[in-house]
Amino acid sequence: MIEHLPALMIAVPLFGAFTTPLFKKKPRAAALWALSITAVTLCLGILLVKEVTTKGMMIYVFGASSPGLVLPSGYHVPVRIIFEVDAMGAFMALSAVLMSFIGAMYSYSHVKFETGLEKYYALLLLLEVGILGMVLTGDLFNLFVFLEIAGISGSALVGFRNYRGEASEAGLKYLIVSAVASLMVLFSIGLLYGEYGNLNMAYLSTQIGFNTVDIIALGLLFTSFAMKCGAVPTHYWVPDAYSEVPAGINPTLLVATYASLYALFRVSFSLFGKVTLTMSSVGWIMSVIGVLTMFIGVTMALVQKDVKRLMSYHAISQTGYMLLGVGVGLTVINDPAKMAAFGRDAMAGGIFHIINHIIYKSLLLMTAGALFYVTGTRNLNEMGGLARKMPYTTIAFIVGAAAISGIPPFNGFASKFLIYETSYQLNPLLAIFAMVTSILTLASFVKVFASAFLGPPVEKYENVGEVPKPMVAAMLILAALCILFGLFPNIVLNKLVYPAVDALLNLSGYQTWGGVL
Amino acid sequence: MNEVVLVNLPFIVVALLLAVGFYTIGFKRNLIKIVIGVEILEGAVNLFLIALGYVKGAYAPIYTMAPPQAENNMVLPTPQALTLTSIVIGVAVSALMLAFAVNIYRHYGTLDVIKIRRLRG
Amino acid sequence: MSWLENLTLTSPSGYWNPVLWLAFLIIFAVIGYIVYSRGNRRYKPNTEQVKPFISGNAVDDVEQIRVRASDIYWGFMEALKGYYNVLMRMHTGDVRDYILWYLGVGAIILFILVGGV
Repeated sequence: MIEHLPALMIAVPLFGAFTTPLFKKKPRAAALWALSITAVTLCLGILLVKEVTTKGMMIYVFGASSPGLVLPSGYHVPVRIIFEVDAMGAFMALSAVLMSFIGAMYSYSHVKFETGLEKYYALLLLLEVGILGMVLTGDLFNLFVFLEIAGISGSALVGFRNYRGEASEAGLKYLIVSAVASLMVLFSIGLLYGEYGNLNMAYLSTQIGFNTVDIIALGLLFTSFAMKCGAVPTHYWVPDAYSEVPAGINPTLLVATYASLYALFRVSFSLFGKVTLTMSSVGWIMSVIGVLTMFIGVTMALVQKDVKRLMSYHAISQTGYMLLGVGVGLTVINDPAKMAAFGRDAMAGGIFHIINHIIYKSLLLMTAGALFYVTGTRNLNEMGGLARKMPYTTIAFIVGAAAISGIPPFNGFASKFLIYETSYQLNPLLAIFAMVTSILTLASFVKVFASAFLGPPVEKYENVGEVPKPMVAAMLILAALCILFGLFPNIVLNKLVYPAVDALLNLSGYQTWGGVL
Repeated sequence: MNEVVLVNLPFIVVALLLAVGFYTIGFKRNLIKIVIGVEILEGAVNLFLIALGYVKGAYAPIYTMAPPQAENNMVLPTPQALTLTSIVIGVAVSALMLAFAVNIYRHYGTLDVIKIRRLRG
Repeated sequence: MSWLENLTLTSPSGYWNPVLWLAFLIIFAVIGYIVYSRGNRRYKPNTEQVKPFISGNAVDDVEQIRVRASDIYWGFMEALKGYYNVLMRMHTGDVRDYILWYLGVGAIILFILVGGV
């Protein structure tokens, strides 16, 4: 049973995705069914993390009893689809299953009055399948397929409110961007296949050399995944998509974005691990893109009027921190002294920031969804004085805003602390930009808090009340996680993050499938 | 010289198609034409994969009625499998893109991308 | 003291602990209370004193005098007008530009990687 976990992680939500449309005309039942499927997947995900962190990498091969099995003709390369789950993949899978569960719970009330809900939940589960596939697979083409599944279901969800033209516009933009990025990913997969005749990432990474075709493939993969994870200056789709998608999908869509970030890290550290050892320019590109991303993202956020758009620009800006942290680690990867001094901690900061950011940004986008639920608008100019009407949402918002601005003792502080210190040691300028970004982040959340929650009560919202209980519960769970991760960062770092960092750095372990070969 | 061009002809076509596809997405104003541009890109990538699958002197991997010299001289059918998968995904993508285009036309009354940018800034 | 160690986050050149932070918070709360207790005692709630005062003009509707979201960082945006003009010109919202930026960035990255600058 336990050795089939990687396959079950895909099979269970996929089963859910194809059975949910059966609940046509019974939206309540569809919601509960999707909620239970995501709950089961959450349990499986926790089991998977436990298994991987205690016993090491898990290999699951489809269509054979053991991964080492060769073809009858004696052709000795891995040809089957293989799931290769190391601590990094398990870490991302945990974020995905947790956020899908929270999203399904929040959606139960948030989209209650929309039509076509059975399709909504089917697409939510399909999006989860896409993310889980991307982070668990060890096969390049499989990565492309799951990338497309996540892209298609994600953009269909962005355009879910089809009575709004803007939703369709955002959906189309997201779909075109993700289709072009995925096609270029496929093109570079073709380049690699043509050269080495194989699609298994572990096998390819032992073969890849330093020739021009490989470097072109690396550049294409890097740019495409950078666009899919919303790095400046290819970030334009992020605010469109995040602000138009229903707030219950936002957590999962965020994880889908960071699944591309995971793929970017996987490509730089594992697939091209042998090449990047000899050149640190990839690390410098990543750090510089990171700094640009965080600064441009936050300055754009400061001037927004639409509350969800403002928060989406912050999502871009926070992606910069992750790129910076991991980029700093990648820059010094071939210098063992610097790596031990600060590189490993920089990567830990970057990767810890992924889960922290997913938690608090989902929380914030869900509070924005709650504001939209009661006021019917996303324009901050029309809101005001809502703190008295919605106490729980206000508390959740304060926790989220403090966490994203890096105020202790919330979780954002713990990871930003690591990133500031380590990037300072690489280049002080990087750390200065990171801190200025944090200050501007706080400034823009002060703006949201002052204009939406404080101020004299607005007559229009005389009779509004707190949002329904499932939404409150989803927000409070995330707020509690924010505080817990901030108070006990050491536990999370040692149990989840450092294993993930070591898994990314352990190239030979990845190449030999954890010793199976 | 002629030989080199002939051998690399599929790849030259792929490069041309990529250029045409990106030009169409980047500079055409009609939304349907942009969708067509994405389709051209996809055709280019599919052609690239298929062209990789051809090995001179090898046999198609079909065992039924295969000549005896085909034994141990068959190509690995992976690129064809990849292309089939990619085509299926492409159909889903283009169907969704066109559905969005129809819905946008309903709400905006135009397919001109310069006018379809209520979301910006 | 294992629970205290669990709270401590060590970084390459330092550490952080929320208990320490709490201690500082208490110190500053005490200082704040001292300042507060030496304040003016003539304040009375629910009188003329708490009404908003706008140059002596009568304010009939409180909804009119709240600061709207787009006015909050007006000075900041005015000061950085040049920067924001450039940013706004980048964010056209045109789907073709999204792809063109992708091509441009891809070209630069490929140039750096292949050219080995």
